[in-house]
Amino acid sequence: MSAFRDTLIITQRQLRLLTRVPEVLIFSTIQPVMFVLLFRYVFGGSINTGQPGGYVQLLMPGIFVQTVAFTLAGTASGLAEDMKKGLIDRFRSLPISQSALVIGRTLGDSLLNIVVLTVMGIAGYVVGWRPSGGLGNVALGFLFLLFFGYALSWVGALVGLSASDARVVQNVSFIVTFPLTFLSNAFAPTTGMPRALQYFAEWNPVSTMVAACRELFGLKNQFGATAGSFPSEHPLTTSLVYMVVIMAIFIPLSLRKYRNASN
Amino acid sequence: MKSIIAEELVKTYDKGKVRALDSLNLDVEEGTVLGVLGPNGAGKTTTVRILSTLLRPDSGRATVAGIDVIKNPEKVREVIGLSGQYAAVDEILTGYDNLVMFGELYHLGKKNAVARANELLERFSLTEAAKRPIKTYSGGMRRRLDLAASLIVKPKILFLDEPTTGLDPRGRQEMWGVIQELVKGGVTLLLTTQYLEEADQLADEIAVIDTGKVIARGTSDALKKQVGGERLEVVVDASNIPKTVEIVSTVSGNKASLDEGIRMISAPVSTGSQALFEVLKALDSAGIHPLDVGLKRPSLDDVFLSLTGHAAEVKEEAK
Ligand SMILES: Nc1ncnc2c1ncn2[C@@H]1O[C@H](COP(=O)(O)OP(=O)(O)O)[C@@H](O)[C@H]1O
Ligand SMILES: [Mg+2]
Repeated sequence: MSAFRDTLIITQRQLRLLTRVPEVLIFSTIQPVMFVLLFRYVFGGSINTGQPGGYVQLLMPGIFVQTVAFTLAGTASGLAEDMKKGLIDRFRSLPISQSALVIGRTLGDSLLNIVVLTVMGIAGYVVGWRPSGGLGNVALGFLFLLFFGYALSWVGALVGLSASDARVVQNVSFIVTFPLTFLSNAFAPTTGMPRALQYFAEWNPVSTMVAACRELFGLKNQFGATAGSFPSEHPLTTSLVYMVVIMAIFIPLSLRKYRNASN
Repeated sequence: MKSIIAEELVKTYDKGKVRALDSLNLDVEEGTVLGVLGPNGAGKTTTVRILSTLLRPDSGRATVAGIDVIKNPEKVREVIGLSGQYAAVDEILTGYDNLVMFGELYHLGKKNAVARANELLERFSLTEAAKRPIKTYSGGMRRRLDLAASLIVKPKILFLDEPTTGLDPRGRQEMWGVIQELVKGGVTLLLTTQYLEEADQLADEIAVIDTGKVIARGTSDALKKQVGGERLEVVVDASNIPKTVEIVSTVSGNKASLDEGIRMISAPVSTGSQALFEVLKALDSAGIHPLDVGLKRPSLDDVFLSLTGHAAEVKEEAK
């Protein structure tokens, strides 16, 4: 199928970009690894989780989710750059599948996530992270993470294609992702937050993802979930629903935006 | 046969506030070059984007190679090449990588894509820079690579939007050479430009556009005749003005006009450098040393002045 081949060519292009600018790969891994170390040693000592294995067991799923959430920013600024340079015009004037560029880009960004998650997993292991959910569940956890990153990549695609300026994109995607990742159970219990924020944090897809990963990695989801709320009782189902809904909304919107770019 | 036809194209931006194309009509005969000449904001890029399927007009019709651009954009994309106003190549990738990638996207297959990339790099004198990232290229090299990318599958119809804007004189000369080669190969070319000289060099026919409409159309000679030929201009000290007016008028055969503010005497001439030489000789015998002297070719401004009675009004360029 030629649409499929076109997509792969675009994905290849992106991987080639990574080899030409290794800094991108280095910084996309250094930053999360740095977070692992900072949180592990700065907060790890003072937060009493009552969890065997300590804070790092709870922290790792949080940082994994935060990291894949930033795929949104990566896809957004990548596409905005392509728009600015007129590359999108060129692609759109080619006799190729009209969705190849965007699909290829989101796939490429997800492949990058595989590398980043692997490096982070190793760093986590070094500082004491020991998932205990069994190989199958741990693998499923990582699959969930990749899938979540992929879904958010489509949100980023819409942001990147809609923005008039690449710098604005950077800001917009940070304004979206920072509150989402911090108003969650990723790093600290939600029980200390004011009631309204707590409510938000529990329904926040980042929280449900973190809770889902904790479950799959063999932890009891006790970090911040108010007992009884639906998302904290069913984090796997809720997360899956979120991802499907995000994709069902943002894939068609992004593809339409692409086809009508600057119309 | 007409390769490109645009009829009554209308395109507005910002919910109708900006009327970029206002019933624009043009056509290009197969195998010829049409130069679309107009100032910034005239609607050149909008026209090219509609014809190359990137933009839908609000109303009007257009066909390229007989195919309707609105109804069958995928078909149109198979027969055209486009090089936009800003070189659209990946800065980080090398010239070679860019061309191979586009070749693969045209479904040439890896092997043919590589062969075609090397062939084009050679043809556009980019072989040496082939393995360098585009961001190290000069403006002229970028434009050439961009043009190469639009020629991968030897399109029969080519759109070039301001191919030399922003290039230094040497880059412009090189680009002209490349385009002239292409035209010899028989492509149908629609080229936009802000320079009368460029349209003159490259185009068989010129369509002058202003505020989204074609306001004049014809061969470059016909347009120039309408505008008038070259002008001889001499700048002298205030004390020498009367004598210089006399000399210039004699050489030109027309009454010279004087711009007192800048002390410039000018008159139309038909004999070009010969007239320049005669004026210099006469000034010399009269003991006058001109501060500046030159021949001015008619510019786009002159074309506009004579066609519309107003100077080329420059609208703010869209970002
Ligand atoms: N995306 C856009 N949004 C709003 N106005 C635009 C846009 N693109 C072009 N214009 C306006 O449309 C007119 C024609 O623009 P354009 O086709 O780019 O002219 P040219 O290429 O001849 O400089 C100008 O007034 C320009 O400001
Ligand atoms: Mg333009």
